Amino acid sequence: MSAPLPDAEALLPGLAAELRARVTPATAMIGLYTGGAWLAERLHAMLALATPLGLMDIAFYRDDYHQQGLARDPKRTTIPFEVEGRELLLVDDVLYTGRTVRAAMNELFDYGRPKSIALVVLADRDGRQLPICAQHCGARVAVPEGMRLRLKRAADGKLRLELERAA
Amino acid sequence: MPRNPQLNANGELQHLLSIEGLPREVLVQILDTAESFAGVTERDIKKVPLLRGKSVFNLFFEPSTRTRTTFEIAAKRLSADVINLNVAASSQSKGESLLDTVANLSAMQADVFVVRHASSGAPYLIARYVKPHEHVINAGDGRHAHPTQGLLDLYTIRHYKKDFARLTVAVIGDVLHSRVARSLIHGLTTLGAPEVRVIAPLTLLPAGVEALGVRVCHDMREGLKDADVVMMLRLQNERMNGALLPSAQEFFMTYGLTAEKLALARPDAIVMHPGPMNRGVEIDSSVADGPHSVILPQVTFGIAVRMAVMSIVAGNR
Repeated sequence: MSAPLPDAEALLPGLAAELRARVTPATAMIGLYTGGAWLAERLHAMLALATPLGLMDIAFYRDDYHQQGLARDPKRTTIPFEVEGRELLLVDDVLYTGRTVRAAMNELFDYGRPKSIALVVLADRDGRQLPICAQHCGARVAVPEGMRLRLKRAADGKLRLELERAA
Repeated sequence: MPRNPQLNANGELQHLLSIEGLPREVLVQILDTAESFAGVTERDIKKVPLLRGKSVFNLFFEPSTRTRTTFEIAAKRLSADVINLNVAASSQSKGESLLDTVANLSAMQADVFVVRHASSGAPYLIARYVKPHEHVINAGDGRHAHPTQGLLDLYTIRHYKKDFARLTVAVIGDVLHSRVARSLIHGLTTLGAPEVRVIAPLTLLPAGVEALGVRVCHDMREGLKDADVVMMLRLQNERMNGALLPSAQEFFMTYGLTAEKLALARPDAIVMHPGPMNRGVEIDSSVADGPHSVILPQVTFGIAVRMAVMSIVAGNR
């Protein structure tokens, strides 16, 4: 039996406090669908950022398109601010292989040249395949072989981490 | 029952040949994906890397400006290499067969064939012979189908009307010769539009058109009453020479869309036309350029819809 998963809700205040220290007038936040978008909505509200939240779906930038085909239901990326010169907080739920983050950075640069990008994740797990790391991380989580760590959102909006069998 | 030639063993879209026979989920998937691509087409950099290294061959055996150009733009925005072939002017006139032309392009490492042909069924024939990694998209075959036009019409309707469940759609004009009308009607019935009317003189209606699930009207006033969507079809000039119609003027009097007739439709009705328009024949200029017209947005949406179709088929095996 592995260690219990951290409580996602309990991780939020610490993560927000860490981020607050680096917020400037140039700061803007982008959440990655789907889990990262939920997390970003919460953090964006806690930090009361003036710039509206951006939401991104990386379906058109994935590196496994030639193996997997196009994702079934790509959401529309909406970035309601100029990316040029921004200090961006890129938010995802779980950092695993790093491929999603690479795709997200490629997509971001099609919107403009940010001043900086910092990666914010709720959970960091082993299995990196690319040289990518998170600048802000709620918790490190050991994930058993053959399992996937996912963020879920309940009907009342509460976030929780869950293990499920990898497809 | 033979397998649907457009779908692979997993039920995914492998070729786009016709809207007829496609399940509702596939139509919705294409429309939803197109909506996300519409976001890409609004950016400064209107390009995504999905089809990098893939070759799209525009194979037009029949002339086209809008469809060929928007397929080309769509493929380029997906980062594909695009090769336009004016086949009518080359191999075909030297006597090469359709399948030989395709086999030669396949030897040049094609990934997607966008095919327009005067003969109904030509894209089906090609789809039967291509390799598993090659995909065929029908860009109009004879009188049969023009599925990407039908899809962009459905996209336009959904964009303005949100939902098909309570819509009354009037399709007006030369239904007999129109692959556009057939594709749209199949799409509308699959997506659950409750009332689709076709309005045309008897000579321009295919026999048994009711079997498609439409209501036939011969009178504009009856057909336009409370319509949410008015789709005008192009009256092909060449039809005028035969016995089908007395004259363009007479057609306009009876079946041309004027502001006065349009007033019978709902106040928020949209007017669509697949182009190219014959002003003063099927549609009056004041309507084509008027507040109800969404004819130019249709063209813009067509790019996102073709991006969606190409990226969905090219990713499936």
